[in-house]
Amino acid sequence: MWIYEKKLQYPVRVDTCNPTLAAMILEQFGGPDGELSAGIRYLTQRWAMPTDQAKGILTDIGTEEFAHWEIIGTIVWKLIKDVPIKDIEGTPLEAHYVNHGKSPFPHDAAGYAWTATFIQSKDDPIANLHEDMAAEQKARATYEYLINICDDPGVKDALRFLREREIVHFQRFGETLDIVQECLNSKKYY
Amino acid sequence: MDSNQLDMLKEIMEICFCLTDINLYLDTHPNDERAVALHNTFSKKYKELTNMYSMKYGPLTNYDLSKYPWEYTKSPWPWEIEY
Repeated sequence: MWIYEKKLQYPVRVDTCNPTLAAMILEQFGGPDGELSAGIRYLTQRWAMPTDQAKGILTDIGTEEFAHWEIIGTIVWKLIKDVPIKDIEGTPLEAHYVNHGKSPFPHDAAGYAWTATFIQSKDDPIANLHEDMAAEQKARATYEYLINICDDPGVKDALRFLREREIVHFQRFGETLDIVQECLNSKKYY
Repeated sequence: MDSNQLDMLKEIMEICFCLTDINLYLDTHPNDERAVALHNTFSKKYKELTNMYSMKYGPLTNYDLSKYPWEYTKSPWPWEIEY
């Protein structure tokens, strides 16, 4: 089970109103390599994992991804909550606005809605952990693209924090892969 | 949220992040004694700080003790705070 704590993992300061940037940040709210995909992917893979250590890392990283999802939703909300409607017209957020108003919704920057086909889970820990390591690298690359186009200092700071977490998670999944492989190989005594 | 409350909340956020990062490290390095000690130091600090915070400013979770009337929903939500 999960318990909610009324705080963000990292403080989100937003200095500007920017509907276009908000639309781009939604990539990490509901895109294929975003935080929601990551959380659902890792938490779904837990059941078929062979070692206690792998079940632990998937639980703990999966849980952290939902903290990141909350950070992304907060960035989006703070970028648009005070924007007059006329300033949304003609921006990439306009199509989002006619469906959702200013509420965040899980789709990617191009408007493609979140779908479970973004993730995979197999009864095969080696396949799963390779997917997870790839997912962390893809998310890191996405954060770098977002940092490149971001001109809001507060948002940039939060994006840098999130990018760094992708690198740490990649490292931990790599260690987990080593441990799982060792375990699977050691079971070959008869 | 006044600046005293925000400072305390930010300190809890920092300690909590230390706990998260050490937790992931310990998942793959369970025999690192120094890391377990560090985890326990932050764990104690976290309990102390959250107890102090919730007595002063209301509960951080729906499991914490509450004064009457129900306090949990009253404090600002994380996306409503100016950090």
